[in-house]
Amino acid sequence: MSDEKQHDTTKAFELAIEETGKGFYVLRLYVSGLTPNSQRAIENVRKICTEHLEGRYQLEVIDIYQQPIFAREGQIVAAPTLVKELPPPLRKFIGDMSKTERILLGLDIRTKKQG
Amino acid sequence: MAQQKKNTKPAVELLQKCPTGIKGLDEITGGGLPQGRPTLVCGGTGCGKTLMAMEFVVRGTMHYDEPGIYMSFEEKSEELVRNFASLGFDLNDLVARKRLVLDYVHIDKSEIEETGAYDLEGLFIRIGYAINSIGAKRVVLDTIETLFSCFADEVILRAELKRLFTFLKNQGVTAIITGEQGERTLTRFGLEEYVADCVIFLNHQVAEQIATRRMRIVKYRGSAHGTNEYPFLIDKEGFSVMPVSSLGLDHAASTERVSTGVERLDTMLGGKGYYRGSSILVTGTAGTGKTSLAAHFVDAACQRGEKCLYFAFEESRNQIIRNMRSIGIDLEQWANKGLLEFRNSRPTLYGLEMHLVTMHKAIETFNPAIVVVDPISNLIAAASATEVKSMLSRLIDFLKMKQITAFCTDLTAVDGGLERTEVGISSLTDTWLLLQVMEESGERNRGLYILKSRGMHHSNQVREFCLSGDGILLQDVYIGTGGVLTGSARIGQEAKDKAEMLARRQEIERKQGEIERKKAVVEAQIAALRSGFEAEKDELERSINREQLRQNILAEEAQTMARTRKADNLLSTGGSAAKGAKTRKRER
Repeated sequence: MSDEKQHDTTKAFELAIEETGKGFYVLRLYVSGLTPNSQRAIENVRKICTEHLEGRYQLEVIDIYQQPIFAREGQIVAAPTLVKELPPPLRKFIGDMSKTERILLGLDIRTKKQG
Repeated sequence: MAQQKKNTKPAVELLQKCPTGIKGLDEITGGGLPQGRPTLVCGGTGCGKTLMAMEFVVRGTMHYDEPGIYMSFEEKSEELVRNFASLGFDLNDLVARKRLVLDYVHIDKSEIEETGAYDLEGLFIRIGYAINSIGAKRVVLDTIETLFSCFADEVILRAELKRLFTFLKNQGVTAIITGEQGERTLTRFGLEEYVADCVIFLNHQVAEQIATRRMRIVKYRGSAHGTNEYPFLIDKEGFSVMPVSSLGLDHAASTERVSTGVERLDTMLGGKGYYRGSSILVTGTAGTGKTSLAAHFVDAACQRGEKCLYFAFEESRNQIIRNMRSIGIDLEQWANKGLLEFRNSRPTLYGLEMHLVTMHKAIETFNPAIVVVDPISNLIAAASATEVKSMLSRLIDFLKMKQITAFCTDLTAVDGGLERTEVGISSLTDTWLLLQVMEESGERNRGLYILKSRGMHHSNQVREFCLSGDGILLQDVYIGTGGVLTGSARIGQEAKDKAEMLARRQEIERKQGEIERKKAVVEAQIAALRSGFEAEKDELERSINREQLRQNILAEEAQTMARTRKADNLLSTGGSAAKGAKTRKRER
């Protein structure tokens, strides 16, 4: 599992380096089972991605109940957590992702659009 | 404080305890931390929270077969491994053997954006996962307060923390949660609200440039515990607490006696010396021979093959060995044989409590039969007199409990009273010897008294205390009309006495000679008289014989004459004839 993930990461990283210029996003959403918070977070992230990052993102949803090792490896404390692995810098968003404005700002989407 | 008192009441329900394996802590807590419950360890920066928590986990895996988890929020796992390698803990090995999980929880506020409702399920899952992966029984969260600086929503955080502790209890693990000391509260973020079962407070105080670490059990639900501040020590063997003041006065009393090393002193103490396990105090002004007396005691003990531990606060090891050689005691041989160990340190090196803890540790590891503290009065430099007294009483209690004979010397001030000890520990000691200088006729001499010696007959006499190349000599002082004499005055007086006695003896001899002589004279006179008498007697007897002879001859002549004259009556005429002859002779 871990190896596969590592492999994924490497691949994603290579891909990302290629795509950095184009603003390619690698996102990972950690949720803890199907709690209302988790469901809302998944929904909200999907919505933001399709609305603002169409065609230039990779989103992975991980259930840390089922794969607790990822909680440790991803340094997850709160749930749900959305990790923006790429482009740098690394950022973490916690909560049910209801504050869209904050996420857009944190993902550098809003500023880019304005600029 | 009131709360603390309430908690010292005896436990109503029997609480399972989880031994920490930390020296002394289990004794104060009566067995360890509450099993299956979280304990809060709080204190200021650098007071030893992390060390205590880590020792709890590591000792748990090593001694009690309880695997543990160490969740660190501040130090990375590699840093922890490196830091604890100096204490001889091989964390990597424990991790590899699945006895320990080190998990560094990295939270960076700058990376985090809060976007609505969340919980700390991630942390729960990590803890739960780690517990399940090795079957952990012990968990440390060091320090969970970091979360407060990373998450803005304190309401969520507090609710989650409450849930976390319930979660830990449900998991059945014994946990230590560390917390930084707050300004008015035990912890900066009030963690004590959540961890209410057992709270331990660590403290690092500096008084007069001397730092002392102390710990106190603020509360312990469902258990009696020591309520005092206990000093603790962090050294190369880790964390050790000294539960000294929890000791009672119920130590055994041995009737075995140990020699003082000075024959006359043994005699003074009922002929046998000190009691084993008693405490002996020697007081005296400077240069009265306190250390020498200690050296004699040590020497005698080592000769019996007993181990001695010598705490010296004034002189170095080599200095003591050299000095004692001058009175004919070779301490070095015992040191080389491992029977004697010196612990030399300056009193100001560290605080009094620290001294006590180090002494405890040294005693625990060396396990001696005799401990010498030379001198106790020097410890005053490290703290006030009352503190020294309390420390010494704890030390002596500890030694008594272990049946170790304690020999303390105490330097009294020259202007001080005769029986005043600097730190007033005289009531704690069983045998108290006083060395005193007697100044007289231009010289100082030492005198030794036994002020008290509990439970044995002891001499009430003062003895003169002489140091020679063969060690200590105790001599009777001269007690006469002129008072007590010592030193050369005593020797002078003794010589005078001797001369007088000699003169008297000579007089007697002279008189006896005279009698002999007179007797001889009288006997000579008797002999002379007797010999004169003998001579006279001889002469007289000879003349008697001569006369008789002559008479016989005359009688014969008369007979012959008669025969010639043919006389008739021989017999009658014979007589008259003889008579006649006699008269004739007279006439001639």
